[in-house]
Amino acid sequence: MKNDSVSLTIDGKPVQVPAGTSLLLAAKANHIDIPTLCYHPELKPDGRCRLCVVEIGEAPRTRLVNSCTYPAEPGLVVATASEKVMASRRMVMELLLAQAPAAEHLKEMAADMGVYETRFPKGDPAARCILCGQCVRTCREVVGVSAISLVNRTPKKKVATPFAEQSEACIGCGSCVFICPTNTIAYTEADGIRTVWGRKFELQPCSKCGNYIAPKAQLEHWAKLTGDPVESFYTCKDCR
Amino acid sequence: MSKIEFPLVTRNLGAIDPESLEAYAAVGGYASLKRALTEMTSEAVLEAVDKSGLRGRGGGGFPTGRKWRFCREAPGEPKFIICNGSEGDPGAFLDRAVMEGDPHAIVEGMAIGAYAIGAGQGFIYVGHEYPLAATRLRQAIAQAKEKGFLGEKILGTPFSFDIQVRRGAGAYVCGEETALINFIQGTIGEPRNRPPYPPQQGLWGQPTIINNVETWANVPVIIDKGAAWFAAIGTKNSKGTKVFSVAGRVKKPGIVEVPMGTPLRQVIFDLGGGIKRDREFKAVLTSGPGGGVLPRQFLDIPVEFESFQAAGANLGSGSMVVMDEGCCMVDVARYFLEFSHDESCGKCTPCREGTKQLLKILTGITQGNGTEEDLALMEELCATMAAASLCGLGQSAVNPVLSTLKYFREEYEAHVRDKKCPALVCRPLLTYTVDPETCTGCLACLRECQVGAITGDVEEPQEIDQELCIKCGMCHAVCKFDAVKVES
Amino acid sequence: MTDPERLETILSRYEGVAADLIPVLQDIQDEFNYLPKDELKIVAGRLNVPLTQVYSVATFYKGFALEPRGVHHVQVCRGTTCHLHGGTRLAEGVVRRLGIEPGQTTPDGQFSLETVKCVGKCGAAPVLAVDADYFGEVGVDGVTRILRTYRKPK
Repeated sequence: MKNDSVSLTIDGKPVQVPAGTSLLLAAKANHIDIPTLCYHPELKPDGRCRLCVVEIGEAPRTRLVNSCTYPAEPGLVVATASEKVMASRRMVMELLLAQAPAAEHLKEMAADMGVYETRFPKGDPAARCILCGQCVRTCREVVGVSAISLVNRTPKKKVATPFAEQSEACIGCGSCVFICPTNTIAYTEADGIRTVWGRKFELQPCSKCGNYIAPKAQLEHWAKLTGDPVESFYTCKDCR
Repeated sequence: MSKIEFPLVTRNLGAIDPESLEAYAAVGGYASLKRALTEMTSEAVLEAVDKSGLRGRGGGGFPTGRKWRFCREAPGEPKFIICNGSEGDPGAFLDRAVMEGDPHAIVEGMAIGAYAIGAGQGFIYVGHEYPLAATRLRQAIAQAKEKGFLGEKILGTPFSFDIQVRRGAGAYVCGEETALINFIQGTIGEPRNRPPYPPQQGLWGQPTIINNVETWANVPVIIDKGAAWFAAIGTKNSKGTKVFSVAGRVKKPGIVEVPMGTPLRQVIFDLGGGIKRDREFKAVLTSGPGGGVLPRQFLDIPVEFESFQAAGANLGSGSMVVMDEGCCMVDVARYFLEFSHDESCGKCTPCREGTKQLLKILTGITQGNGTEEDLALMEELCATMAAASLCGLGQSAVNPVLSTLKYFREEYEAHVRDKKCPALVCRPLLTYTVDPETCTGCLACLRECQVGAITGDVEEPQEIDQELCIKCGMCHAVCKFDAVKVES
Repeated sequence: MTDPERLETILSRYEGVAADLIPVLQDIQDEFNYLPKDELKIVAGRLNVPLTQVYSVATFYKGFALEPRGVHHVQVCRGTTCHLHGGTRLAEGVVRRLGIEPGQTTPDGQFSLETVKCVGKCGAAPVLAVDADYFGEVGVDGVTRILRTYRKPK
């Protein structure tokens, strides 16, 4: 019988996980929490934020790797909160606090690590985006329409719709709003219209109770995906 | 040609017509491919490259044969070969010389490598700045196909291999192999997390070998002359030769190729002709934005992977930019950070935000706003960038800062403590005055001055009002009589 | 407003798969001197890639321009050797004389400006290029002279 479980050491503790498990999830399975910002269980791990770094190997030949993508290897020695790891995490937080001064969640996470200030000059005081990419990845991988993306390179990198125009691919579902860890994206709703990314979406009321379910465009998208008639989505889940 | 030069990779440069396959064949071109395909097994070819001790010439220095073996043994068809001709280092022009001057050598090397690994398709990525290289390579590929050295059933053997040229679109980060792969796939050049590594999962998830132009150009010679011959050149751990593009403040900028182990001094002084205007050597910048500086005390180290690494520099891309006392180390560090910041893809926090903050601090120092705390903060930030960045761009962007701080700290101190630039480069720290003895009153400086700080009549000595002067240095730049004096 | 024939000629050279995206964009850049928005929308549909991907690619790589380039494209080399030989001042001199920043085009559409990293002519630093012509050891005062020759109608 093929043995597909891997034995490794995390913070001095011998653990066993199925082959292919990331170090992040291997640690979690053993009650060790590693902070993350760009990781989400529904999304393919992307290794952007670099907060989840852990130290692997044995002195003096150790290095930092991001635990969200690095797979458990037989015999690997992992330290999830060594001095080197903590110094790196704190520096990453200082950089992010300067990048996104208005992101409250960030300040909470930073405080948990003992970081209350950043020594770097802060950017736009209203900035919240940390370029974790969760919104973009959700739209692409989960919703499947890819209405927004990361544009430009470092000096002007940001999340945007193509040509900064209304995105025709957008279905107004608001998944990007919900997934964002720093509440950067918002939508407004008034008079049966939801506005997000600069585009207005007519909301579909429930045929039974009249409460708004979702934008018509979103229901049409679901109808296309399932092949069911769009009317079948005009009943809200409470009334089903 | 000097006695220490060893034209191996550069064997055909300037000696044959790069647009003629016949010229290449006349000097033995494609004989190695023929031998490999008709007299050797693919395993024997891989063995030869392995035993030669050839290490990647793109900067990583990874043993080539070992990398090929990983790919050969990786499960999955098809397999791909890529030639990395990005040469993004802003001081390097050696890969360009080989791509333009001996394109068939790359084609032949790749075909031999494809045979060894079991790949059927190759790509050559040519930097955006090199249109002629792309043209010559496309031409060489078409010629090789015509003569049966590429394409289906090469030279009547079962082996088929074809190559496509892909011109870059202007991104230094695509010199990083996984970013390069993403580029070919048609997406943005953000590097991938590793593992998995390209020899196992690369282009379109398939086993892929990426090697630098110079590495590929070595391959036909190894097959021709044998692994033992190649391994006899160079040092214990760095076999063969290394090509350098020597430039900066030298008398004879150009391409040089020397056996590994040649003292650095010989490369700069014998082959580079020494310092322009016979000024003093200050340092040499190796490998551009990811490299480091080597000051005078390292002039006698041998050029090879280990000794450069021990000195805190990188053999890297092979660029060597020589500096004299008129070059400021803080300015140079800032220049490279501006480059790295501009080229950073933006995917990971340490590089994206780190290069931004390092650039801000360095700019502040060159403008007279730096503090001692800035130096310590930079060192701390560099440690995180080096350890936690996703790819080599962020990891090595710190090298110019750390090495200049290590070897030229007094220059940084002069900038932060005394607000002076000893090399007279950082303009906000300089004072510009007109020497009345040499000024001819041609008014070139007056016309150039954007803030009206220069006054004086025609054919009379001009005067610079220090209150109004914004220290842009343009008066100094346009004066043909060297009458604008600079001091710090 | 699209130019269907020119675009079709380009698209017909390719299979029409996602991996063709960048070569197609490069051909469009060469043909139109920039990437027109409408052409990009058609490309997204034909290659079956999201428009967001096309736009991300167009903004990521500096070889692409989303605004029309000038009749003459000026490139100032900002390679290391050029930098050590006054490259920054040369770049500033060009910016002053053209009145635009790198990445922009003059209002009359005559000149666009770009800084590039090492054209490989370090022996002649600092280097300036206008279209396919290279000029070496260019002093700030030389810039006016060089640009003037391109201002003449051809």
